[in-house]
Amino acid sequence: MELNLLTICYLIASVTFILGLKMLSNPVSARRGNLVAAFGMTVAIFATIFLYEDNGEKLHNYVWIFAGLIIGTIAGTLAAKKVKMTAMPEMVSLFNGMGGACAALISAAEFYHIYELHKDSPATAFAELATVGHYITIVAGAIIGTISYTGSIIAWGKLNGRIKDYSFNGQHIVNMFVLVLVIVAAVWAYQSTLGNILIPFMLIGFFALIYGVLFVMPIGGADMPVVISLLNSFTGVAAACGGFLYDNKAMLTGGILVGAAGTLLTILMCKAMNRSLTNVLIGSFGGGNKTTAVEGAAGPQGNYKEISLADAAMVMAYANRVMIVPGYGLAVAQAQHTCHELEKILEEKGVEVQYAIHPVAGRMPGHMNVLLAEADVSYDKLLEMETANDVFKTTDVVLILGANDVVNPAAKNDAQSPIYGMPILEVEQAKTVIVNKRSMKPGYAGIENDLFFQPKTSMLFGDAKKVLQDLCTEIKAV
Amino acid sequence: MESILNFISSNQQIIYIVILMIFVGIEVIGHVPSVLHTPLMSGANAIHGVVIIGAIIVMGKAETDNYLALGLGFLAVILGTLNVVGGFVVTDRMLEMFKKKKAS
Repeated sequence: MELNLLTICYLIASVTFILGLKMLSNPVSARRGNLVAAFGMTVAIFATIFLYEDNGEKLHNYVWIFAGLIIGTIAGTLAAKKVKMTAMPEMVSLFNGMGGACAALISAAEFYHIYELHKDSPATAFAELATVGHYITIVAGAIIGTISYTGSIIAWGKLNGRIKDYSFNGQHIVNMFVLVLVIVAAVWAYQSTLGNILIPFMLIGFFALIYGVLFVMPIGGADMPVVISLLNSFTGVAAACGGFLYDNKAMLTGGILVGAAGTLLTILMCKAMNRSLTNVLIGSFGGGNKTTAVEGAAGPQGNYKEISLADAAMVMAYANRVMIVPGYGLAVAQAQHTCHELEKILEEKGVEVQYAIHPVAGRMPGHMNVLLAEADVSYDKLLEMETANDVFKTTDVVLILGANDVVNPAAKNDAQSPIYGMPILEVEQAKTVIVNKRSMKPGYAGIENDLFFQPKTSMLFGDAKKVLQDLCTEIKAV
Repeated sequence: MESILNFISSNQQIIYIVILMIFVGIEVIGHVPSVLHTPLMSGANAIHGVVIIGAIIVMGKAETDNYLALGLGFLAVILGTLNVVGGFVVTDRMLEMFKKKKAS
């Protein structure tokens, strides 16, 4: 009876996972979708604790289980509540790493369990104790989980700037080699007798740890969201291995679902940035070093002109329509609130203010929407790229805040450019363009931007927040 | 070769689930707007936290005097819970902002 109840609980969980994901992919239902999945998860967890039976025996060690759950819940909630909006992707990466480590630990524990049962006969080969299929699920869970763990930690470190990009020549060959070592160790462990199996099993974990580090290390910090999404789907597969191991349908469906959806999401993210996944993984321009060197050698072409704060304020105060193009600079300067304030002041002067949001402005898809939403900017003021491109023709002033590559006309005009073919915001159609940047340094693609040298463009150097505050004061005085 | 065939036929139910889930996973998020990429990633991240179930089973099966197994399981339960709870809370925080935007 209770086992049937458990089956039903797992069924509910699986359905909520599917429904949750479905709802998450639509802006209207997204938040409810998240709650639906969370509900299913809670059902699955408590059903496991109270209803699960192993050969007719209930689970024990409740004290330990609840202690773990409580510690994890408190720490997880605190971490998730405290993190700043700009640091969200890092946090996701960290949580993903925890999931990967969890999957790896389960495999290790299961492996140890088999070892423990038969340790009285050290001459038995492991191959006699577990079928190939069973062994593969244990080992795959361990390997994938471990890679996901170290990979996510590196991705986390890169996003918050603790770890710098690092690559050397022939790194991909070294990576391949380490991956082969992982597999060799796995085969070796399977062939070993119980007496000497610990060393190869440790080696599997060791090489997998190293592979995770090497895998993420050369990829540019700007591509981290894509990598996190990929590692996310890895962890899904590792969780599914656990489901296979315990013949647990909730783990299996949840894991595979995330594995598949995560892979597709990774590809979609790449598409939004007009990159291919291979391109990201090999790190051709995300790493940026090579392109910077080549393009940087060409030096800045032509002259740019600067505009004073007072002039900029004047132009904007007397415009009919101002379009703000936010970018990474806005996020770094945490200037979203000041930006909203500027919008309000301009509107009081009768200026129509809108935001043009490039899908990959900032460093992750949707970054700008989240930031501006935090500052209470109204949803209908945010124009998607296609709409914005139609509106630019009738726009008087475009104010670019720390965006660069997403407005670089080279993506349309210059077939040699590494960002050629990327859809951009066609700001040059507007009457005037004011660019706020900290310096003339190129954006993350590491290339020059012709836009800055066009006659209708003027530069307004400085930290986005500072500049916006000054602009607000100036415009109020106009 | 034979062992592979045996493996497939003795696990066919699971293999069916795997294949169907792959299609469901792809189908379900096929039309996600790019604005939602990050929250969706975060939500999926929380869902694979279902691995916590495995951790609970490991923990609950361990002998009460087997400290290595208990330790491994305990750590796994903490990490898994972090993944689940943190994942859902972060996603909710991200989406909270979208909701507010819609309403205004």
